[in-house]
Amino acid sequence: MARSNKPIVWAPFAAGGTLTAFLTPVLILITLLAELGHVPEALTYDALRGFAGHWLAKLALVAVVFLSLWSAAHRLRITLYDLGVRADSWVAAAVYSAAGLASVAAAVFLLRI
Amino acid sequence: MAEKVSGKPYVRPITSEWIFRHPRYLRYMVRELSCLFIGAYTLLMVWGLKQLADGPEAWRGFLECLQSPASVVFHVLALAFALYHSVTWFNLTPKALPLQLGEEFVPDGVIAGAHFAGWAAVSLAVLYFAGAF
Repeated sequence: MARSNKPIVWAPFAAGGTLTAFLTPVLILITLLAELGHVPEALTYDALRGFAGHWLAKLALVAVVFLSLWSAAHRLRITLYDLGVRADSWVAAAVYSAAGLASVAAAVFLLRI
Repeated sequence: MAEKVSGKPYVRPITSEWIFRHPRYLRYMVRELSCLFIGAYTLLMVWGLKQLADGPEAWRGFLECLQSPASVVFHVLALAFALYHSVTWFNLTPKALPLQLGEEFVPDGVIAGAHFAGWAAVSLAVLYFAGAF
């Protein structure tokens, strides 16, 4: 039987889809509150530095960033295929590496905090 | 008289007009396009982490950027798409995670309902710990 890398690609997609379903709306809502002039305590510089200073929070933030981006990348890849883009291996390489690179960048920024 | 037959194999034309053929297809596409907003919001989060690492001045600048009208419009749209992703995702949970207790399958409504309740609890907890109220 041919070996497939589907489970490796699909597992973070499913995990990310679940995570973003639970978490992304409320995160956007908090950002919106800050935008409308009601900055929540957690988004003040000192509070957020304090939060992101803990290694467990850094780990959680990188996990959230990676899983969210990976599931978005996977969905974008499938959607582009559905819309008629047939260069799937190029699309896959582009979207997955973008998700990976941005996650590494998030980790690097967090390590500076 | 025989028609002249081309030696080339038939290549089915690939188009994207199918998404307008049925409202169901359009809803599917709207659901899939939520990935653009969730992806963009997450990239914005990564940018925010950079600004946070750069210091208080950079962080203040980031918050000011967020308060621009274009950013507010983006976040309102992103919120709508993210909510649509959550609702469609949780509505699929009975199909993805069928649960059998003894002889009987747990009803679909219970599985999806448990996810919706969990979602509400998580959202309220995050709002509370973020100091939103």
